[in-house]
Amino acid sequence: MTKILVVDDSNSIRDMVNFTLQSAGYDTEQACNGQDGLTKAQGSAFDLVISDVNMPIMDGITLCQELRKLPSFKFTPILMLTTESSGDMKLKGKAAGATGWLVKPFNPEKLLATIKRVIR
Amino acid sequence: MSIDLSQFIPSFLEESFEGLELMESSLLTLEAGDNETIHSIFRAAHSIKGGAGTFGFIKVTDFTHLVETLLDEMRDGRRKIVQSDVEILLDSVDCIRLLIETARDGEDCQDEKIANTSALLAETLGEKQPDIVTTSSVDNSQSNEVLNESSNLNQWGISFLPKHQLVQTGNDPLLLFNALADFGELIVQADTDELPPLTEMNSEELYLSWQLQLSSDCTEQDIIEVFEWVEDECELIITEKKEIDESRVVTEKIEPSADTKLSNPNINDSQTTNSVPETTPVVTQKTTANISTADKNNADKAPSKKADVGSIRVGVDKVDSLINLVGELVITQSMLSELGNDFDVSKVERLKSGLEQLLQNTKELQESVMRIRMLPISFAFNRFPRLIHDLSKKTGKSIELIIKGEQTELDKTVMEQIGDPLVHLVRNAADHGIESGEVRLANGKPEQGTITLNAYHQGGNIVIEINDDGGGINRQAVLNKAIEKGIVEPNASLSDSQVFDLLFEPGFSTAKEVSDISGRGVGMDVVKRNIQALGGRIQVDSEEGKGSTFKVHLPLTLAILDGQLVRVGSQVYIIPLISIVESLQVQKKSINRVSGDMILYRLREDNVPVLPVYQLFNLEAINKELINALLVVVEADGQKVGLMVDDLLAQQQVVIKSLKDNYQQVDGISGATILGDGSVAMILDIPGMINIALTQAKNAQKFLEQETA
Repeated sequence: MTKILVVDDSNSIRDMVNFTLQSAGYDTEQACNGQDGLTKAQGSAFDLVISDVNMPIMDGITLCQELRKLPSFKFTPILMLTTESSGDMKLKGKAAGATGWLVKPFNPEKLLATIKRVIR
Repeated sequence: MSIDLSQFIPSFLEESFEGLELMESSLLTLEAGDNETIHSIFRAAHSIKGGAGTFGFIKVTDFTHLVETLLDEMRDGRRKIVQSDVEILLDSVDCIRLLIETARDGEDCQDEKIANTSALLAETLGEKQPDIVTTSSVDNSQSNEVLNESSNLNQWGISFLPKHQLVQTGNDPLLLFNALADFGELIVQADTDELPPLTEMNSEELYLSWQLQLSSDCTEQDIIEVFEWVEDECELIITEKKEIDESRVVTEKIEPSADTKLSNPNINDSQTTNSVPETTPVVTQKTTANISTADKNNADKAPSKKADVGSIRVGVDKVDSLINLVGELVITQSMLSELGNDFDVSKVERLKSGLEQLLQNTKELQESVMRIRMLPISFAFNRFPRLIHDLSKKTGKSIELIIKGEQTELDKTVMEQIGDPLVHLVRNAADHGIESGEVRLANGKPEQGTITLNAYHQGGNIVIEINDDGGGINRQAVLNKAIEKGIVEPNASLSDSQVFDLLFEPGFSTAKEVSDISGRGVGMDVVKRNIQALGGRIQVDSEEGKGSTFKVHLPLTLAILDGQLVRVGSQVYIIPLISIVESLQVQKKSINRVSGDMILYRLREDNVPVLPVYQLFNLEAINKELINALLVVVEADGQKVGLMVDDLLAQQQVVIKSLKDNYQQVDGISGATILGDGSVAMILDIPGMINIALTQAKNAQKFLEQETA
């Protein structure tokens, strides 16, 4: 089963992403900030990581950099959740090794369509 | 597949309000250079914006966007933190709260404050930052359809030459091709020229490049979008082959949105204003325009009004302890049922200990469940820093707020209802209590006044203290006013506490003039009534020149009550333990019969009116004579009354059931409960009963007067 790690500090966004993914038959795990996400990533393998950028303790960009250092996450797709206001965030994300980005506001159909572009 | 996310609106709302509170309290303590605080404020605004967008709360999104932009500039040091900006941000917090509330209720917010604040925000942003909104919207590169005049299938030639590291960001060319294949027929040709000999090959790199042929009615923009994520990791050449061999070459180096504009000059006007503001000077107009056009969308999309059921966020530890206790309960139950299988007298001891255990389990379970409803009082206190900030700005007084005991826990319902009375008391303290700076200095006090909020537990109750170090209550002024209003007799001699209690009389206000801050209609009498409605009481201490303290005593919960069971005739009633002063056997020599039916009982230095419960409720009592009766002396509103009952039974905790919900309101009764034997018992409403007694006494007095006249 495809397993996805969802990292977001907002409970409601995380719940929504989670709900959307589970309704589409994906298995998910949640983390509430970058550090939490990294710890969960170290403990288990994932097919995809979806992470918010702005988070306390560890932001999404740092998480991405840290994940790429782990052998098991070298090629794992990582999608950053950004908003239109985080202008150069996409470039920063790319530089940190992100696969792509999802633009907020969160739209469930778009999320699922985007996921199809990164995992089989 | 359609996914309905409306079920997440309540949790978004809750989270947003928490975020707003955090923004507010952080803004109040914000100092220049405090980056972590700005970051957390920014994150809160950011989350609200993201969530609001998802649910179609467009007004919230637009407004928060401005706030976020301002915070963003503060965050990365482009803008210095100045007090005037902080004030705008504080106002913005109020606006966002208002917008969210109206969006939640499916209403349209017309408050002037929103337009004013957003104009102010835009102005602040405009004077400093020319390209704020532009940068943000451009790279969102709206997936505009680049015009594509013919519906004929186009032949697209795509050369895709990825860099060797492409796969290291998790991108997979095959998935990109799959996405292209969704547009139409795709022919893929791999170029293996760069493939090194096996010995030199790095397994983590990509050496292939591709030539693709796509026949589809899609636009160039669609294709570019497929390669959006890899645009800086590849060389991409897209050529269009039409029947007339007019080929157009676009490389990814050209900015997509610039391209869009060039190739599509007659793009819809409204779209332009909405998405790509061209120059700065229009920023102000743009925002207001945006908000007003959003009205319609908002009204369309906002969910219909839903009943606010409310929710509690509970710590996992509390739930875990509950589960533990239920586990123990199950063990006790199975033990008891096993015992009951073949019970004989030899097992009585075990049965007793089993029942003991059950009692223990039930008690712990009850406490645990109650704890779930308990929240730290900081939920009620956290609005006060902002209130004091605003008040000290308005009054020109410098006021410091000290909060103590904010972790003291209180029932959620009590907390929600005590908020407004507390605000009133704190406002009074700031407005009437604390003197102006000059007066304070002249009286040898520090210029800055102090208001202290303190909460603590005291014998099954919570006490909230509001203390100020201001001028205190002028006893004589209160007394004069009361005499003037005819509340007390001119020559009455009153104790200090009796004088201060006059403040809670309806229509009483000593403020020399009604100010903007306090003294507008809602008086202290309402405060007192609200506190009493929660089963609490308020008391005042004051020393002239030193300050005043208002003490609010509240029950920890409204769901369970410590009660004294009493019997009157065949009925069992419950008297709230908190209102009982003492219970005693009537002594003949202390009975004092005054005019008519009124009986006074001499209790040390007090004369307590006696209220026979059987008379009040029209019951057949065993004892109708005072001589043999038991008297339960209760107190409410500083008034003592002796309730005459037949018998005192047990003291126990009772679960309060509302009479109003199940039957109807009855005077003198505050609720009902179900006793251990399954029978229903009424809970006496002590202040209500005292009122009834006083009215009866007055009527009797009138009747007597008429008789004699």
